[in-house]
Amino acid sequence: MLQSVVLEDIRAKIAQIEGVGARHDVIPFGIEDFDSRIPARGIATGALHELAGSPELADDASATIFLAGILARSDGPVFWCLRWRDLFAPALHLAGLHPDRLIHVEAGSDTNVLLAMEECLRHPGLAGVVGEVKKYSTTASKRLQLAAEASGVPAFIFRRACKAGEPAEGSAALTRWRITASPTEDLGIPAIGRARWRVALERARGGNPHNWIVEGCDATGRIALPAALVDRPAAQEDAQAAA
Amino acid sequence: MRKPQPDGSAPPRPLVTAIPDHGRRIVAATCREARILGIQTGMTITKARAFAPELDVVDAEPEADLDGLRRLALWAGARYSPIVAPDPPDGLWLDITGCAAIFSSERALLKDLHRRVAAFGLSLQIAVADTAGCAHAAARHVPAGRPVTVEPGAHRKAIALLPVAALRLPSADVDGLRKLGFERIEQLIGSPRGPLAKRFGRELHRRLDQALGTLPEPIEPLFPEELPQARRGFMEPLATADALAQVIGDLAHDIAGQLTRAGTGARRLDCYFHRVDGQTQAIRIGTASPSRDPRHLAKLLAARIESVDPGLGIEAMTLVTALAERQQGSQADALENIGRRGPDLPALVDTLANRFGQRALRRAAPRPSAMPERSVAPLPALAPETGESWSEWPRPSRMLGRPEPVDVVALLPDDAPRLFIWRRKRYRVTQGDGPERLQGEWWREGGIEGETHLTVRDYYQVETETGGRYWLFRLGDGVNPATGSMRWFIHGAFA
Repeated sequence: MLQSVVLEDIRAKIAQIEGVGARHDVIPFGIEDFDSRIPARGIATGALHELAGSPELADDASATIFLAGILARSDGPVFWCLRWRDLFAPALHLAGLHPDRLIHVEAGSDTNVLLAMEECLRHPGLAGVVGEVKKYSTTASKRLQLAAEASGVPAFIFRRACKAGEPAEGSAALTRWRITASPTEDLGIPAIGRARWRVALERARGGNPHNWIVEGCDATGRIALPAALVDRPAAQEDAQAAA
Repeated sequence: MRKPQPDGSAPPRPLVTAIPDHGRRIVAATCREARILGIQTGMTITKARAFAPELDVVDAEPEADLDGLRRLALWAGARYSPIVAPDPPDGLWLDITGCAAIFSSERALLKDLHRRVAAFGLSLQIAVADTAGCAHAAARHVPAGRPVTVEPGAHRKAIALLPVAALRLPSADVDGLRKLGFERIEQLIGSPRGPLAKRFGRELHRRLDQALGTLPEPIEPLFPEELPQARRGFMEPLATADALAQVIGDLAHDIAGQLTRAGTGARRLDCYFHRVDGQTQAIRIGTASPSRDPRHLAKLLAARIESVDPGLGIEAMTLVTALAERQQGSQADALENIGRRGPDLPALVDTLANRFGQRALRRAAPRPSAMPERSVAPLPALAPETGESWSEWPRPSRMLGRPEPVDVVALLPDDAPRLFIWRRKRYRVTQGDGPERLQGEWWREGGIEGETHLTVRDYYQVETETGGRYWLFRLGDGVNPATGSMRWFIHGAFA
């Protein structure tokens, strides 16, 4: 009993030194296949995360809702620091992020967005701070990461219109995500169903990159694995077992 | 800026005020009608009556006028700039350096000032310039009617064109200069100083240098006495930002004590820095909700220290609560806050608002409008929660500021498009949903309804072959040409 307490303590200390431990809360995705592949088992609060879409507006739109879904599943006010004015709040509400929780900060330029983010990150108790930028430097990422660590607030850098092959500058972000739209199955009727995204975890400190195809956020901000994909690995395993 | 002449209200009978002068009565101030008739200040009343037999004469009350001017200065101080001073008999100084941000631009500030003072029933002339002397001259000698702005750096050129009377000299000196042939100030600038100084004294060149900006002319601000304020003087002048921040902290602490006793909280604070050379600089901060937390107030002020130029040193500082409001506060509140440990939102909002402007921070609230681009209303960041939201119709997360025209190929007139070209890129559509018909608000002018008042938009959600989802609409219902031109537009992108 005592030994296990000591071990836990040491593990926590090591995690703290490595900077990957769950010192702060984690917002899990609630999907085992997702959470098990992220070292923190979800989106760690008190850390910087980076996400991007692509130069296609629809991909940035998907990334926006992916992010809104994460924020919808936590409590407290959200500060969204903007450089452009194309964010449309009604859609965020459809992903579960109520407009009463969301404060827009129209900062106007990359530098101002980063300044505003750092100021917000000094205030514990926020559900999250988002900053939309075109580019940001390694130094800026370190500052944001330190501020986030101190307050326990998750910070999200949203790199707008970011090309896929673009060599990323070094960043202190804990995870880096890229969300792009993915074709959905034809329903056979003139209607379109739940959106589908290709979610790429491009970088995770202490973990490996991975790709998923997921179905877009529902009204509470939860993503899901498509039914066909959920079945497939199980079916393969069954087949292997049978062989 | 010109102060009020007591105006002759409805019946346009000329009106002047009179003051005794060496056993006779002379005109102290005139109304517009009297000026049109040729009556000028300084005339004897007898002479004025010769111009206008029906003239109304009232005794001037210089003390009451000065009092009124002071009240006007305090009003302007609370609204426009921390540094204001009355300039008797009829002027008002406003140092609006760095104050335009609240009104978004200098023009907007001047417009607001002009409109409000005019609404008091006062006639006024506003002038803005780099130097106090130049503004003083332009306000009184450029008969524009609307605010006169002398562009930065142009004050030398502007002052050169004005008559010598614009230099704030005794009238005897002005007459003397005229006799010597000096009409305009440019002649004074060009002529040797020695002989003139001998004839008119040093006052002449002091005023000239003040107008040209080579001699500083500090405006001694008028402090609203009755407001909570704190002052610190220093034995040794201060010049470093750290030292100033330390003093700001002390002053904020003093002010917070006064506010607590008064049961109020500060909405606006002015911090004055009195420099050793007699200049006064000021910074002004605002809060979104009344606050008397010394640390919060000090932090907001300290963020502005960099805009203060300490010059040779600062010998005293004054902190004034320019605007205070009742602040509800009790022990129970404080305990609840400790229990909840929520974020200190007012503090954060104030910090951001003082940096980016009050309007840069907002929440979104639903607005009942058929058109999606008008369905979001801005709310102040700290407004009470509305609990309201939009309907459950699918809406794009990224909206274009203005719908952009696209070229479209559709199989049937009322079908979703099969292909569209946007920003010179082809998008092949695999699936589509729609139409969702939105009727334009015919009672509105301008905007996209400006084209036709019966606007109808048929919105389609389409998915391209790469999975991207876009929001397209066709203008018009396809039957009645008055409802739109049947052109296609893209309005946003979905998740």
